[in-house]
Parts: sequence; C-alpha cells; structure tokens
Amino acid sequence: MYYLYLLATLLFVIGIKQLTSVRTCQRGNRISEVGMLLAIVSVLAITAGVNWYTVMAGILVGAGLGALIAKRTPTTAMPEMVGALNGCGGFASAIVAMAFLIIDPVLKIEGKSLWDTGTVNAISTPATVFIGMVTFTGSFVAYYKLGGKKLVHPFHGMQRHYVHAALALVAILCSVWEVMTTSSVWLPVSTVLLAIVSGVLGVLLILPIGGADMPVVISLLNSYSGVAGACAGFVIMNPLLIVVGALVGTSGLILTQIMCKAMNRSLLNVLLGGVSEESVAKDAKEYKSIKSAGPDEVAMLLDGSQSVIFVPGYGLAVAQAQHVVRELADILQKRGASVRFAIHPVAGRMPGHMNVLLAESDVPYDQLWEMDRINGDFKQTDVAIVVGANDVVNPAAREATGPIAGMPILDVDQARTIVVIKRTLAPGYAGIKNELFERENCMMVFLDAKEALEGIVKEVKALAS
Amino acid sequence: MDFLYVFVFVIASLLGFEVINKVPPMLHTPLMSGSNAISGITVVAALICASGDGFIVQVMAFVAIVFAMINVVGGYMVTDRMLGAFKKRDK
Repeated sequence: MYYLYLLATLLFVIGIKQLTSVRTCQRGNRISEVGMLLAIVSVLAITAGVNWYTVMAGILVGAGLGALIAKRTPTTAMPEMVGALNGCGGFASAIVAMAFLIIDPVLKIEGKSLWDTGTVNAISTPATVFIGMVTFTGSFVAYYKLGGKKLVHPFHGMQRHYVHAALALVAILCSVWEVMTTSSVWLPVSTVLLAIVSGVLGVLLILPIGGADMPVVISLLNSYSGVAGACAGFVIMNPLLIVVGALVGTSGLILTQIMCKAMNRSLLNVLLGGVSEESVAKDAKEYKSIKSAGPDEVAMLLDGSQSVIFVPGYGLAVAQAQHVVRELADILQKRGASVRFAIHPVAGRMPGHMNVLLAESDVPYDQLWEMDRINGDFKQTDVAIVVGANDVVNPAAREATGPIAGMPILDVDQARTIVVIKRTLAPGYAGIKNELFERENCMMVFLDAKEALEGIVKEVKALAS
Repeated sequence: MDFLYVFVFVIASLLGFEVINKVPPMLHTPLMSGSNAISGITVVAALICASGDGFIVQVMAFVAIVFAMINVVGGYMVTDRMLGAFKKRDK
C-alpha cells in the first residue's frame, strides 16, 4: 500500500517538470491533479480509524469553497488569489502540527516533554507552526497589498528591523519552551503563543514590501508553504509529505530567483525593500517639456499609422483594460495596420501575467511578441503605445549606473511616435524619472488606461465614419 | 529511522532545484499557481489527524482539511483556467 505514496510522488515530479514547458504544461497540471487524488485516496486507505464524518465534511466544505473562489476570481486578480490559497495551505500545516501535540501518545504520559518524542519531531513541530503561521498571515497581507489596499507598517527605519528581530527571538524562546515543558497546561499555552507571535511577524515582514515586488513575495511564500508541508511530514513521519513539500519548497525558491533576475533585483533587496518610500515622490516634479494629449489626438495619429506596437504594463492590468486594448487592436488591424503587443518578461502584476491576461481576452497568439524578438522592430514602427508601463521602457536602464542599470527594457524610444497612457507622472517602482516622457516624439495621455483606450476607440470610430 | 527521513528530505530538495530550470516567462504564473496547488499536499497530514481521538482533535482536523482542500481545489482550478486560456489561443 505504501507504494501508492511513491506513485503519487512520481506523478507530482513529472507534473511539475511538464509544467515548465509550453507544449506539455496542460498535461503536466493534469498529471499532478491525478497525483493529488491518488495521495488523498491512498492516505485514507492506509490510515486506520479515521472519523469519516470529519473527513467527508472537511473535503466537501473545502473543495466547495475552493471551487467557488477559483470560479469567481477574474484573471486580473490571479496573483492575489494564488497568494490567498497559499496562506490556506500554510495554516493547515500549522493546525496539523498543533493537533499532533494532542494526539502524540508519548505526550500523554506524565512528565514527558516534546523533546522525549525524538529530536526530529521536537524540531519540526515548532518549525511547522512558525513557518505555517508566517506563511498564513504574510500571504493575506500580500493578498490585500496586491488588491491595491494601502497598508502602513507601524514602525519606521531601523526600528522596524529591531522589532522584527525581537519578535523572531520571542518565537524562538516560545519554541524552546514548547519543546522543554512537561506540563500539560504550558504545552498548549506556549504553542498558541508561538502561533500568535509567528502570525504577527508574518504580517510585519510583508507589510513594508512594495506592491510591485509582491509577486516575488508570493513566490517565496509559496516556497515556505512547501517547507511547512515538509515539516508537517516530519511531525507525522510521512515520506510523501516530506518529499513533495521539499520539492515545492525548493522549486518555489528557484522560481523566486528567476523572477528576481527578470526584475534585476536581488532577493535580499526585495525583502528589505520599502526603505526608500519617502525619497521617491519628489523626483516626479523634475519633468519639463511634457506634451499632454487627449484621446482625440491619439486617434488622429493612429489614423495615419501603418504599424502599431502596444506595450502593456501593470497599469493595464490594474485598470482591467485588456478587453478594450484588444478592441482597439482589432479596429486598427481591420484598417490594414500591422498591430503587435510587446511583452516584457515582468509586465503585469507578476511575471507571465500579461500573457495570461491577453490570452484570455482573445488576443491572437501571433500578435504577442516577446521582448527579444520585437526590440529590433521599434525602429520601423509608426506608433508605440505604452499602456500603464514605466520602468520597463525607461532608457535609463541603458546607462552604466542607476537603480535600473542593466535591466532589460523594450526599445520603445526608437519608434517614430510614442504614446504613453499613464494616470500621472509618478515614478514606477524603481522610483526614478523616465526621460522618455520628455522626448520630442512622446505624447502623454494622463488618464486611467481603460478610460483612455475607450476614448481612443470612440474617436477612431468617429474618424472612420 | 529518523535519519532516513532527513536523507529523503535533502535528496528531494535537490530534485526540486533540478526540475525547475529554464522556464519561459509566459509559464511563470501558471507554474507558481500549479506548485501552490501541490503544496496543498498537507491535506494528507490533515486527513491522518482525523484518526485522532477527542473532540478538539476532530475540530482541528476538520479546519485543517478545509483549508488544505481550499488550497488544493482552488489552486488546480485556477491553474487549469490559465492554461486553458493559452490553449484557446493556439487554435
């Protein structure tokens, strides 16, 4: 029977592997779903004496809620959804570790502490509670931040790091207390205290991280929830959980690293970010000779254009303008213009998000161009329309020094005319000025992406009739 | 015995490093969401909890199963939807 665990594990490994290639990704996800089903069925077959009411009620309620949440989430909200789901997994692991303190037969004996249950168990129990709770509360902070809510950290500057360090120390002390106590009263007290402190720490750690960095954080928390699962596996001594948890833990870590690289940031830099919040805003006033335009002027410009490239960014996703941009693209294409979308690797609210968004609003595959393939073509392009993107088109990245030096960018500045749809001149995440906006051939449309594009569609239609 | 589990953990971690290499940016989001669903594997531990005695343990098992299943079902459905959007586009 235990070989069913091995089979399930193999299915997960093959599933993850296939998820990394465009050709096989859909099959990969199916394989991993089958692996999960097999894991659940085999654990129920192997474990003696489960309470079927609890199992059935739990599975039905959980699956129902999960399905409901997945169905009701729009594609634009996908990143925060993944974050929230992740938090649920972490919480489940923490609860399991706490429940096993009650179940463990050794702990029922008078005068025995968690330490007497074995070193591995003594370490993994508080570790599961700690990592699980940090993942739980941290994920929900990430959820709210990605949803556009402004949350402020109660502490500033170095004080912040001291508070975090103090809380981590308290968590360690609680863990030691939990492991050493022989009292059946202090064991639950120390454990619950550990859970609370870990939860608070999770909130405070994620709070200062900037909204644009949240994808990296979610990816990292995803890795944590895997590690929490593996730790829970040590608590119950289950090889399936240990292997799969470790797999998710490290693959999540690699994915986090890949994302950091695409944004040209180090992981440490992301995690300690948010320090320069105050120094960001003032740069925006340094702009001179900005040319502002309305949707009507853009429509006139597009009327005489043969080739147009859209550069969608974070702002397009936030404004949910993916359908309008496709409508405009269709109109222009029908009139005989060549229309393409230039996709920066980190465009959108998380890497690869823009591909998902545009694919769902039926933008044809051949119109989506990756950065390396399209960069040479901007020279022969009449109009490049930047929708809600900033840092990924900032020519400052080509300079030798500066916050975004060396970051790969889209060479939008080489197009004959550039239209930038952006609500304000506020800087992007990098917090620096974008000299592109001052160029002779750049028009700024200061509107919400959806509003602006709807306006342009209307004007283009009016011009045609 | 404990040593074997630690051994397995370390080898599985190395496997995780090996499995993910050279992912096209387009698949970052689905991959994250897919591996997120897999991290719901903790449902296995939650189900084992349901074999424990006592009301408190059963309540905790129930809560853990619910949260883990939200993670599993929600995660897989969201991932399927994203990958479905890619498929539609290929036609």
